[in-house]
Amino acid sequence: MYFLRRILFFVPLLLVISMLSFGLLRLAPGGPFDRERAPASAEIERQLRVRYHLDEPVPVQYVRWLGDALRGDLGLSLKYRNHSVADIILQGLPVSLALGLLGFGFAIGVGVPVGFFTAMRRGGWADWGGSFLVLVGICVPGFVVGPLLVMVFALELRWFPAALWGSPMQAVLPMVALGLYFAGRVARLMREGMAQTLRSDFIRTARAKGLGEPAILMRHAFRLAVMPVVSYSGPMLADLLTGSFVVESIFQIPGIGVFIVDSSRSRDYPLVIGLVLLYAVLLLVLNLAVDLAYGLLDPRVEHE
Amino acid sequence: MPAPTNALGESPGASLFPSVARRGAEVGEQGRKGAGEKGISDLLPPRPPFSLSLLLSFLVAWVLWSATGCSRGPDADLTVLNGPDPGSLDPLLVSGIEELRAVLPLFEGLARPDPVTSQAIPALATRWDISADRRRYTFHLRTNAVWSTGGPITSADVLYSWRRVLEPTNACQYATLLDPVRGATDFLTGKTKDFASVAIRAPDAATFEVELEHPCAWFLDLCAFQTLSVVPRAAIERDGDRWVMMHPPFSGPYELESWRLNDRIRLRRNERHWDAANTPSRVVDLLAVSSPATALNLYLDHRIDVILDKPLIPAELLPEMAKRPDYHTFPMLGSYFVRLNVTRPALADPRVRRALALTVDKRRLVQRLASACEPADHIVPTATTNYLRGPGQTLDPEQARRLMTEAGFPGGKGFPKLVYLCDSSGGGGARLHERVTVELQAAWRQELGIEVEIRQVEKQVYLRAQRTLDYDLSRSSWIGDYNDPDTFLNLFTSVNGNNRTGWKDPRYDALLEAASREPDMARRAVLLRDAETMLVRDAVPVIPLWFEAGFTLHDPARVEGVHGNVLDLHPFNAMRRTAAGRR
Amino acid sequence: MSEPAPALTPDQRAWLRFRRNRPAVVSAAFLLLMVVLALLVPAVSPHAADHGSDAQFAAPGASHWFGTDVHGRDLFTRVFAGARISLLVGAVGAGVSLAIGVAWGMVAGYVGGRADGAMMRAVDVLYSLPSIIFVIVLITTLEGPVRRAVTAVSPVLEPSARMLLLFAGLGAVSWLTMARIVRGQVLSLRTRPFVLASRALGAGHVRILVRHIFPNVLGIVIVYLTLTVPGVVLYESFLSYLGLGIQPPQASLGTLIAEGAAQINPVRVYWWLVACPGTLLALMLLALNLVGDGLREALDPRGEA
Repeated sequence: MYFLRRILFFVPLLLVISMLSFGLLRLAPGGPFDRERAPASAEIERQLRVRYHLDEPVPVQYVRWLGDALRGDLGLSLKYRNHSVADIILQGLPVSLALGLLGFGFAIGVGVPVGFFTAMRRGGWADWGGSFLVLVGICVPGFVVGPLLVMVFALELRWFPAALWGSPMQAVLPMVALGLYFAGRVARLMREGMAQTLRSDFIRTARAKGLGEPAILMRHAFRLAVMPVVSYSGPMLADLLTGSFVVESIFQIPGIGVFIVDSSRSRDYPLVIGLVLLYAVLLLVLNLAVDLAYGLLDPRVEHE
Repeated sequence: MPAPTNALGESPGASLFPSVARRGAEVGEQGRKGAGEKGISDLLPPRPPFSLSLLLSFLVAWVLWSATGCSRGPDADLTVLNGPDPGSLDPLLVSGIEELRAVLPLFEGLARPDPVTSQAIPALATRWDISADRRRYTFHLRTNAVWSTGGPITSADVLYSWRRVLEPTNACQYATLLDPVRGATDFLTGKTKDFASVAIRAPDAATFEVELEHPCAWFLDLCAFQTLSVVPRAAIERDGDRWVMMHPPFSGPYELESWRLNDRIRLRRNERHWDAANTPSRVVDLLAVSSPATALNLYLDHRIDVILDKPLIPAELLPEMAKRPDYHTFPMLGSYFVRLNVTRPALADPRVRRALALTVDKRRLVQRLASACEPADHIVPTATTNYLRGPGQTLDPEQARRLMTEAGFPGGKGFPKLVYLCDSSGGGGARLHERVTVELQAAWRQELGIEVEIRQVEKQVYLRAQRTLDYDLSRSSWIGDYNDPDTFLNLFTSVNGNNRTGWKDPRYDALLEAASREPDMARRAVLLRDAETMLVRDAVPVIPLWFEAGFTLHDPARVEGVHGNVLDLHPFNAMRRTAAGRR
Repeated sequence: MSEPAPALTPDQRAWLRFRRNRPAVVSAAFLLLMVVLALLVPAVSPHAADHGSDAQFAAPGASHWFGTDVHGRDLFTRVFAGARISLLVGAVGAGVSLAIGVAWGMVAGYVGGRADGAMMRAVDVLYSLPSIIFVIVLITTLEGPVRRAVTAVSPVLEPSARMLLLFAGLGAVSWLTMARIVRGQVLSLRTRPFVLASRALGAGHVRILVRHIFPNVLGIVIVYLTLTVPGVVLYESFLSYLGLGIQPPQASLGTLIAEGAAQINPVRVYWWLVACPGTLLALMLLALNLVGDGLREALDPRGEA
């Protein structure tokens, strides 16, 4: 019941989001057809606007767009005028999904163990060293990590290709560049969770029951401590799956991350709105999935 | 927290602040409460989920990949880095140099640019007759010209393609190129709906005739221009906006096999093309790269054979790159300049504008920021044909100060602050516009005591502001469409939509008009020279900074047929990997 | 603790606990030093931050400690001038996140019911809209009006118009997550015995929120703030890269790093352009995190004296 209501709530939410993104960007100065080269005459420019219905009042445009969208037609891109919005999303999305999942795997695979062990060695050198590395991961921007990775591992050592997409080897560096920041976040959350759990009463209870330390840590503490990471997974996945402007530009990967920034900049209204909706749907679905996972993982959580 | 990785923006912003622990916080709280009371083991989930989800995510990623990447097929015979993705491959819609280069192999017109000189050479037309008054052109089409799907290309196809450019509802940006054709302007602007009034005829399937208003020195260049190349009518009428993507018939030496945005355009040789025997590379990939660092990395990693696009070399590296044997530079028809908005009271006085120009040390600027380029005191690049150079702008801060004093601003006193508008460099990273601005700002402050504020804005905002004259000074550039001074000087006539300075002078318009009617090339050159002198020395609505240099990065031992030319067009049908270049 | 401890106020106890945390104290001192340097260096340096020279791309040395950039500007001065802006940007982001986010979340969580639902749906909508779109619209559409308004007050302030907008843009996107986190915490706190007790004793809502609930959410708020600041600082550099941020010749640490990162290439590296601002930013963020950790532990109402 609860989930049904959540899903029903998607409809008005998506409607509001589409309206906002439709209207807002049209407020910004500059239009899709402002180019270095002016249209030959005012008449030609008017024809251009008529052709893409930009001469109509915005509400009329929105209703037209909504009608088309409900029939599954998201329109033509105004910047890439031979491509439909659906084409662009369908081409880029699988790439971004694949890269995002790899980044997710990396973030979890590195972040959870690092967080776990630094919490174990709290206050010791291992904690200091580990936490410092984690912080570096969080603080060093992708536009520094990416070029450094390329220079060392692609051009010096020649272990991996420098850029492009297609072979498994080509995904390694982007995966690291994309996942490093999230690995840092995950490690921090894991360390916090673990530290709190270890201080809590039930671990003392477990110790009192005479359970062995490894059993306590792995069986009991870990499962509770990992909860914040689980709830972070939803927004993290939404972030990762919708692509990354920086990583996609550095490694020249044909995902959708670049389009989200570029389409807003070039005032490509139909493409922007398509991507915004995609992002919103992904975010909503993943958050729902995380809540579902919560219910499955932890019976104490009740949904309202 | 915006991810640093993220912070560069990527993710749609919401990403900016993914909620850490948004629910985690609540749940953790509950967890702690509950666990104390009951036993733990029965409260906890049966199995830690992580190894599982980890495995799962890698697995799904693997599957997606095979769906996305590996379907690409074999490597190309030639991989070229052409610049950012074209907005379109429809000849009607293209305007950027990278778009023109990508359309060139797909669609061919009556003539095509020579790979070495970029001059018009026969293509669909094997020869042409020009009347004695140089106003009538008769083109004779080749008999072996066929579409990539097999049908013959006739003069009716040429006629359709030219008409498509002029059709007002098609809103072709380059339609005014056909202005020299008699009747074209009236049809384009809707003064007449009767296409018969345009002096273009196809008397028979192999002949195409054009009549001009005046003799036009660059008319053959136009016939080789991509906008006027021949396109397939049936496919366009059937498939609408996306026709190029639907495997239509192509008239050029290549067919479009696939086009994936942000990845590559894959061209496959059109085996039916009349010149297929002289088209050595069967499959050509045009990579879409907009980051200079990535471009260079790919090149050094031997993933690409040729880099064509000039912005794709980080500007700071130019002096270093110039020492390499695979670096080739050549003059091209491009100007980088500053526009001055003469409708602003502060800039209405030509003495002030002249003073601003006299204080810019263009040689120093170029040496510091754009070392391959040529410092410019004129707007028409040195390499232009039919061009006679007159006096231009000079470096003379002394005189500039005198002019400012005459204008009533001794030492810059009382002069209002100016705003210099430039666009952010966006995809590049070289931040050239910003740097030029910083240098100019320092020079004007130091020499004239004038304060200039830099306003860097988004590209679309910048373009709109420039068009609506909502700026004081703004950075500008122009790439010539054909090899004649007209393509630059024409910009600043009072009717040109690209003028964007507010400067109008009937004498300037008259000089250009007289030049367009002047049949004698030497006298025409003098008229154009006078017009340019008026523009850059006297009126100064523009301050030219440098003439662009084209460049290519390729190893001649590995790739052949890459030539520099003034239009910066590099036909792929001339390029091929050598034996050494094959991997 | 042989003597009976004098009755300390919670604030005094917190201060005492904080002072005992050596890394946190050192970090706080470092941050303070950075603030002082950021204010001082650009003012006293022999090289002005935006003054070019002929020494293009000079390596670090005696006259230019951090080297120079493409215009021959002294990087040492620029780094601290940039730190000034980055500190300001970080502080504003944190401030907005604190002011709007915490208030929004506390009210929504405490009031509950319809109001909570409405307030959180508003957050959901903003959350699902990519922030870059929001920021572009905000900055580009309001630039003209804000500039006019600022100039009307005083023409001297005109260049700060963009800065104001930048702050507004960064602020607008930085409070959403904070609101969610705080609301979650408050939801579980408001049914706790101590809250119920003080309500039974007749305490007003405001007093309960400020005196009882706020101290209990302060820990997570501080942790989250230490994560918000680096995010905001780096997001600013992205906006500048899009032409929406700091106007040249000014620069922030983020834009300096971004510019330096463009110099990482195999042909020739001007390493100081990325290493100097990068190290400084990393150190500042590290110190901020340690201070945050220290504060959180010190302010924890459940903590020991």
